[in-house]
Amino acid sequence: MAITDEFTKGLWQTIPPFRLVLGLCPTLATTTSGLNGMGMGLATTFVLVFSNIFVSLLRRFIPNQVRIASFIVIIASFVVIVELLMQAYFYPLFKILGIFIPLIVVNCIILGRAEAFASKQGPLASLADGLGIGLGFTISLFVLGCIRELLGSGTLLDIPVMWSSFEPFAFMLKPPGAFVALGILLAAMNCISQMQARKGGGR
Amino acid sequence: MGDFILLMIGAILVNNILLIRFLGNCPFLGVSRSMDTATGMGMAVIFVLTLAGTITWLVHTYILAPLGLEYLRTIAFILVIATLVQFVEMVVQKTAPALYEALGIFLPLITTNCAVFGVAIININEGYDLITSIFFSFASACGFALALVLMAGLRQRFALVGIPKAFEGTAIGLVTAGLIALAFSGFVGLV
Repeated sequence: MAITDEFTKGLWQTIPPFRLVLGLCPTLATTTSGLNGMGMGLATTFVLVFSNIFVSLLRRFIPNQVRIASFIVIIASFVVIVELLMQAYFYPLFKILGIFIPLIVVNCIILGRAEAFASKQGPLASLADGLGIGLGFTISLFVLGCIRELLGSGTLLDIPVMWSSFEPFAFMLKPPGAFVALGILLAAMNCISQMQARKGGGR
Repeated sequence: MGDFILLMIGAILVNNILLIRFLGNCPFLGVSRSMDTATGMGMAVIFVLTLAGTITWLVHTYILAPLGLEYLRTIAFILVIATLVQFVEMVVQKTAPALYEALGIFLPLITTNCAVFGVAIININEGYDLITSIFFSFASACGFALALVLMAGLRQRFALVGIPKAFEGTAIGLVTAGLIALAFSGFVGLV
């Protein structure tokens, strides 16, 4: 029961990057299409799950004073693994995501989970936490990517879906569009939470 | 010299590290609520980024490349940056207490600022030489500070206006950043 709670909290209650405003750089930079967003999300999930497990397993051996440095070394090792794997098997995606794959190492979500959760809990709970937060991040990136792709190039997962006279607005694919789209999506989520809170308060 | 000026203008205005390359957005939204913290963070980033850009270039060229260990770049760079930040913090605390007071809590935060790491990687990926790397790191950091201070100036005024409830906090910050980025995209074609 507790394990499933750890898993599901990442999908709505603390879904990054909306509830936890962390890891914005890859969110803004790689969501020019749904598939790119999903690729970035899955790469981050892989690193997050394994770093969580290892931080949790080693939590009794890591001295408190050097814990941040130790966490960073663990995270960096898995980032190198992802980097090499993607270069070997998903080369086109590796080219598109470019600099943001090595940058997973400084994604504050991963260090944040290692510090706040995995260094205090058992490996199984940490696995569930990493998987939940990682999938939440992947879903967010995928949704944001789909919205930007739909408005910016009129396609969804590379398939044209808009009517023929639709004029795509390139603004959404440009950097300013990323900020505005994420801001509006965040506001929409706030709006839903406020409506839920109002309904709950009225009862 | 002309090349360096073009490189500086390019890094500060045209390819601004925060608004166009999307590096370092967490501190951008986190510490831009007041002018004082924004200036402090901006100064700390200029200082550390220029140093980090130089040292990571040296580490890559004289240690990793001759030994054929380029694939360890990610681990090596992050360790160099973390150590450097710690070292700078200690040196500044001992030698310039006034500066330490001003930079204070922003120094440790820079370890996880992806702008520092990102610029180190860009320097290597673009194949810059040492002097170009130093200039590019310094210019990128100036671009970061400029965008941060602009943002803080705008955000201070939010207190005076009515913002829709759903947009309060980060949401309006993101939309504002989008508008600043739109203004900066007017510089495209300058270089």
